[in-house]
Amino acid sequence: MTSSRKPAIVTTELRKSYGDKVVLDGIDLMITEGTIYALLGPNGAGKTTTVQILSTLLRADGGHARVLGHDVTREPDAVRELIGVTGQFSAVDNLLTGRENLNLMADLCHLDRAEGRRRIADLLARFDLAEVADKPASTYSGGMRRRLDLAMTLVGDPRVIFLDEPTTGLDPRSRRAMWHIIRALAAEGVTILLTTQYLEEADQLADRVAFLDHGRLIAEGTPHELKRLIPGGHVVLSFADQEGLDSAARTFAAATRDDAALTLQVPSDGGVGSLRSVLDHLDRDAITVAGLSVHTPDLDDVFLALTGRPDTRAGRSGHERASAR
Amino acid sequence: MSTLNLALRDSNTMLRRNLLHMRRYPSLTLMLIGLPVILLLLFVYVFGGTLGAGLGPLGGRADYANYVTPGILLITVASAAQGTAISVAMDMAEGIIARFRTMAIFRPSVLTGHVVGSVLQTMLSLAAVTGVALLVGFRPTAGAVEWLAAIGVLTMITFAVTWLTVALGLATKSVEAASNVPMPLMLLPFLGSGFVPTDSMPTAVRLFADYQPFTPVMETLRGLLLGSGIGSNGILAVAWCAVITVASFLWAKALYNRGRTA
Repeated sequence: MTSSRKPAIVTTELRKSYGDKVVLDGIDLMITEGTIYALLGPNGAGKTTTVQILSTLLRADGGHARVLGHDVTREPDAVRELIGVTGQFSAVDNLLTGRENLNLMADLCHLDRAEGRRRIADLLARFDLAEVADKPASTYSGGMRRRLDLAMTLVGDPRVIFLDEPTTGLDPRSRRAMWHIIRALAAEGVTILLTTQYLEEADQLADRVAFLDHGRLIAEGTPHELKRLIPGGHVVLSFADQEGLDSAARTFAAATRDDAALTLQVPSDGGVGSLRSVLDHLDRDAITVAGLSVHTPDLDDVFLALTGRPDTRAGRSGHERASAR
Repeated sequence: MSTLNLALRDSNTMLRRNLLHMRRYPSLTLMLIGLPVILLLLFVYVFGGTLGAGLGPLGGRADYANYVTPGILLITVASAAQGTAISVAMDMAEGIIARFRTMAIFRPSVLTGHVVGSVLQTMLSLAAVTGVALLVGFRPTAGAVEWLAAIGVLTMITFAVTWLTVALGLATKSVEAASNVPMPLMLLPFLGSGFVPTDSMPTAVRLFADYQPFTPVMETLRGLLLGSGIGSNGILAVAWCAVITVASFLWAKALYNRGRTA
């Protein structure tokens, strides 16, 4: 990333409340052109509200927001010319076919016929929708619908794209397909602001990440910087006897030991590199390990680390907390 | 592109979208035409003999077919309005409206698409219902000018009722609610001069019937198509249509611009 690039999205002291419920409590963002920026946070943190304000759907109560130099409140139409939005809820017309949906967008973007047709054929092929193009959107699977949704957003060739939870509810395969598409867009120089509940998604895609909680920005930086704030990632080594634990504790000075369970927690980012380094150290000092598991930092850890309280959303089980990757 | 050009182009795009919806979902249109046709048959062949006798000493089923047709035409307008409210509410429940709001388009085009689409749909329904009425004994005396004037009156009331139901569709929270809200419109022809002359009603009902908007419209249609007296009903009909259209338009516009924060 070069520092000479211009900012695509700038917000200062953005505020929004509904009655006495404060949704955004002074958000400052600075998003560089051509980068992927992730807003991370649990439900109700203010992610969607931020996107709605930036995409001219909602009016902020205070503060300023500019998209490619245009004020979202004073020049909404100038902003609308430049952006594309794929919301959390499917924004396709279910009664129309995929092609008709794209045609509708081409007409509303005021493309001339030939240009529209060319771009639609291109998008259908690129998003793997050519075969189902003439079937009604109501018959599409979740992944197909999401791809059509994004394809519709791209008809107008937007320079800034807002993706509100683009992979929520998708199966792992469709999620990966979506990630692939998002990366390709960024490679073309489009600026992307996406919201997500998944740390892994932000990690996979984003150049920079902002962490939102109760309408406040509680951390901002590259995924790498952010993860360093989180002590949740570690490798757990378990031992057959006290001796093994003692020698391992000497090798890994930063580790936390649990004498009752005969385990040692070695800080790690959960990646292969750090795991290899742990194994190398064990090998070098000839320490015998009874078992090993990897704990990847996830949203719960971020929460705990940054707010001092666990994420209380229902139904969350450790997301992608695989023991080896 | 000039603003007017943009407005026309986007409105046209949205109209085509709504017409496509009607083609994809013809059962709704058929249902909306079916109801007035069933009422027409019911009132002519079941109640028509008795009700016709009440029209005068020489009245009968044939006279009643003539009498009831303008009322049935307004039932058709109200029935189609129900479809409009449903399709507007369905649209609002979908994310696509949020998408339209983030695009640099003529904002009211979403509404004008619905209104013009629904007016066309209603006019088709009216033509179909008039056709059935002619088959069951409706014998208008109107010449070309009267027919044109009658079509004009029907267009005005359709326009007024459609804007009203677009606003109602925007105001309701769910599609289910939207399908019920225009129900009172279906009753208005009954609580007016649609099915029986208002002077046969008890005073309280008659006062309502005489002063509600559908009555002058039905009386004007009756006058134009069958040659009965119109009197001040013509002016009243036009005035009611204009008032309902303007008020509903402003209401719908305010509701749409306020937006929904889903």
